[in-house]
Amino acid sequence: MSGDRVTKALLFISSLTILLLSAGIVVSLFGGAVPAFREFGLRFITSSSWNPTAGSEQYGAMSFIAGTVITSILALIICIPMAFSTSLFIAEYYRGTRTAGILRSLVDLLAGIPSIVYGFWGFYALRPLLVATGLTDQGFGVFTASLVLAIMIVPYATSLSAEIISMVPAELKEAAYSLGATRREVIFSVVIPSARSGIIASFILALGRALGETMAVTMLIGNANVIPKGLFAPGNTMASVIANQFGEASGLKMSALIAIGLLLFLITALVNYLGKLIIKRFA
Amino acid sequence: MKNRIIILVAAVAMILVSCGGGGSTAGKQKQVTLSAAGATFPQPFYNLAFKKFNEAGGPLINYGGIGSGGGIKSLRDQVVDFAATDAYLSDAELAEMPGEVVHIPTCIGAVVIAYNLPGVTDLRLTPALLEGIFLGNIQKWNDPKILAANPGLVLPDMKITVVYRSDGSGTTYIFSDYMSKVSPVWNAQLGTGKALNWPAGIGAKGNPGVAGTISQSEGSIGYIGYEYAFAQKIPMAKVMNSAGNFIEPALESFSAAAAAEMPADTRVMITNSSNPAAYPITSFTWIILYRDLAYANHTREAAAATVNTVRWLTGKEAQAIATSVHYAALPQNAATQAAELLKGITYQGETLLK
Repeated sequence: MSGDRVTKALLFISSLTILLLSAGIVVSLFGGAVPAFREFGLRFITSSSWNPTAGSEQYGAMSFIAGTVITSILALIICIPMAFSTSLFIAEYYRGTRTAGILRSLVDLLAGIPSIVYGFWGFYALRPLLVATGLTDQGFGVFTASLVLAIMIVPYATSLSAEIISMVPAELKEAAYSLGATRREVIFSVVIPSARSGIIASFILALGRALGETMAVTMLIGNANVIPKGLFAPGNTMASVIANQFGEASGLKMSALIAIGLLLFLITALVNYLGKLIIKRFA
Repeated sequence: MKNRIIILVAAVAMILVSCGGGGSTAGKQKQVTLSAAGATFPQPFYNLAFKKFNEAGGPLINYGGIGSGGGIKSLRDQVVDFAATDAYLSDAELAEMPGEVVHIPTCIGAVVIAYNLPGVTDLRLTPALLEGIFLGNIQKWNDPKILAANPGLVLPDMKITVVYRSDGSGTTYIFSDYMSKVSPVWNAQLGTGKALNWPAGIGAKGNPGVAGTISQSEGSIGYIGYEYAFAQKIPMAKVMNSAGNFIEPALESFSAAAAAEMPADTRVMITNSSNPAAYPITSFTWIILYRDLAYANHTREAAAATVNTVRWLTGKEAQAIATSVHYAALPQNAATQAAELLKGITYQGETLLK
């Protein structure tokens, strides 16, 4: 069967290409990051000073690591109640109804909006609103960025959670109902426990997405290369500083930016691995 | 690894050059295509000028606004016919180039201090105030120091928000070059560069980003290219120059800054001019090209087109286009010097211009 062999060979080649590509990315990130790590050592990770002026160059990634982790975790915290309740609504309470269908497509629609559009919305609509509350002077900062990030990751968490929740066997739920459980009791003692690992995985997936988000964050976080001093203070994230400074960078600065890219890659890989581990633990 | 990169770069160069020189092989009627890359600061001028030149029978020029640093890199890798930069190449950068590089000034741009204060349109600032505001030491608009320089002006009790460029940029370079000249504190703390370690404020990406942030945020102040503030009608501060005069940003006051003597290779920063009528934060912007254009399979046609384009750019017609998009034209001495330098451009040792 030569057709079969051709197919097999083609599939093998394409998967090999993917493998080679990812290996190539890792290798070139490592190669590019070497000068920065050779110059600053581990201080590159722990230091938060970022001084690009020639003569007194000093690069440390801590401000950006802090900015990335804080905005992503904050976004996740804000996203959890929204995504969780929406997925319960779609997959349990209003399961199979037209309302749920409309809501589901609306949530999916959110995933299709380009990052820059969220940025614009945050800049022109959300920011003035936050300024009006009096909590912040100009509305640029960690909180604004996290809020927009949270909305951006809701669709990822919601659609996967809803999928998992709707896969809970009907027999289990019916058994609980027949024992006289109320709907709320069924949800909290049957549906959630059996869908737990999937729900957690969906939120970790969403966190992974928040970690790498760039454009919308850049427009709202204030791009100050310091560890944020508060919820409403400006900061910067790893993806955002790379996007901002890549164009004019050279030499040691370029290496520092690539090293930040490598760290971001490692953090994202770690988060994904953690997600897999949790799924295995509870599945 | 290194060899492979060189081969790759050479391959890209060959593709680009073969596109560029395509006109000569396919027939004399077909136009030459040039590729160029670099600064975004003069890009509005270049885009318009290159379009007009092409319409008048000149080559088709693809200009990529990838930033001065990117332009320098592209020229070093020999993948462009010429590049553009806001900061002239240092001696070290020149030494890294595979061939001798010539700087040709094309126009004068200015960096203005734009601000957003409801009801205020005639703010005056001194170098000391700029230092205090941008270093975060003066934090309120009604600070006595600001009031002292602006007698009769009513300033609100509002926090100052400094807006700077979050990306590396020639605009930052020009502004910090000026500040380092007038403020020893600035020179020691921040120095001069395309990106700085800002102690206060928020960053926004690109001239449009800073302009947008200022126009959207009351109480903010930042530095941007003149044409952007002009286009968006954002108020600009009068800045006190070295003679102690408060100068309004305008094309005449920019040109006045350039009247001074030029070094032979035109590598000079004209910030903080001693001319009493000059606006102090101005700079030339340059086209950079190799002195001998026979590199990486460049054709003679492409080389001739390159020199003609740059010569036209420094000529009367193109300089009028520059002023129409709010850049100051080259003063006579700079234009003469540019013409002289272009006569020295060769192809395999032969001069291209008479």
